[in-house]
Amino acid sequence: MSASAKPISNTRSGTGIPTARLITWWVIASEIVIFGGLLASYVMHRIGHPEWAEAASHTNFWAGAFNTLVLLTSSLCAVTAHKAADAHEGARAAKLLRITALGGLVFLCVKAFEWSSDIREGYVISSGGFWSFYYTLAGLHGLHVLAGMIIMLIVAADAAKNRELQRVECIGLYWHFVDIVWIFLFPLLYIAR
Amino acid sequence: MARQAQPESHMQAEAHVHHPNYIKVWAILVALLMVSVLGSFSHIRPVVLFAAFGVAVIKAALVAKNFMHVTVEKGWVPYLLIVCLLFVVILFAGVAPDVMKHSGEHWNKPLANQPAQGAAAAKHE
Repeated sequence: MSASAKPISNTRSGTGIPTARLITWWVIASEIVIFGGLLASYVMHRIGHPEWAEAASHTNFWAGAFNTLVLLTSSLCAVTAHKAADAHEGARAAKLLRITALGGLVFLCVKAFEWSSDIREGYVISSGGFWSFYYTLAGLHGLHVLAGMIIMLIVAADAAKNRELQRVECIGLYWHFVDIVWIFLFPLLYIAR
Repeated sequence: MARQAQPESHMQAEAHVHHPNYIKVWAILVALLMVSVLGSFSHIRPVVLFAAFGVAVIKAALVAKNFMHVTVEKGWVPYLLIVCLLFVVILFAGVAPDVMKHSGEHWNKPLANQPAQGAAAAKHE
């Protein structure tokens, strides 16, 4: 589809920032409030309840650390895809985006293993304040990972045909934000015991 | 003077960022992750706190600067993000005193120290 066939909202920008990237920044800004509010609520409750440290000691530290490594590596793939898109190498960008999505899949598989283990041990969302926050925070983050993977695969399909390459950067921005959220979730849920 | 609207296709024709050595940035991030992991085994509380949260802030800043290119984005984008962070700080400042303290002058929260029923049931099992 040519640029002229698109709605004017997609083809012009009065802010100096391409519309797609502008929207991505707004999404990220709203996500900051959503995750920031949840994280702030968790922090204040955690400080008010030192006994939650005992519950936190049951989380799988090594699974959390491994998932951090997975997300950092997938972010590297996402930003390298952006670099390839800037060089108009659509096929390479698509390949890197698919590897990024694979990283997301690995992350979710580790999370599924971790949660099933927690649930088998009797730690469910209603097992106490800590576990409520644990499942809510990690679950909401996991949904963002899943959404990012789906969008990434759609963007990769277009990028493989050298179409809509500007979207590669946008989905990358979103993915890096999801990475940053996990960077804070890891110490809050797995290290602070 | 208001910025004149530009066709997006022109703005997308050229990269707006300089791409640094991403492998190097990733290596630094992984090294910081190792610092977090090793630091968490320390018995010195300030070391654990720095390894957990100090390193997290550094890692987040590295990702935002080098992967998200926040610093080269149009000026108001970082301000937009900072304003949203300020909302979070306001939420924390407004609610934290009630949540973090369980008693004060002429008030207390007798239920605050009681474990949730679910936790008690899980422990019983």
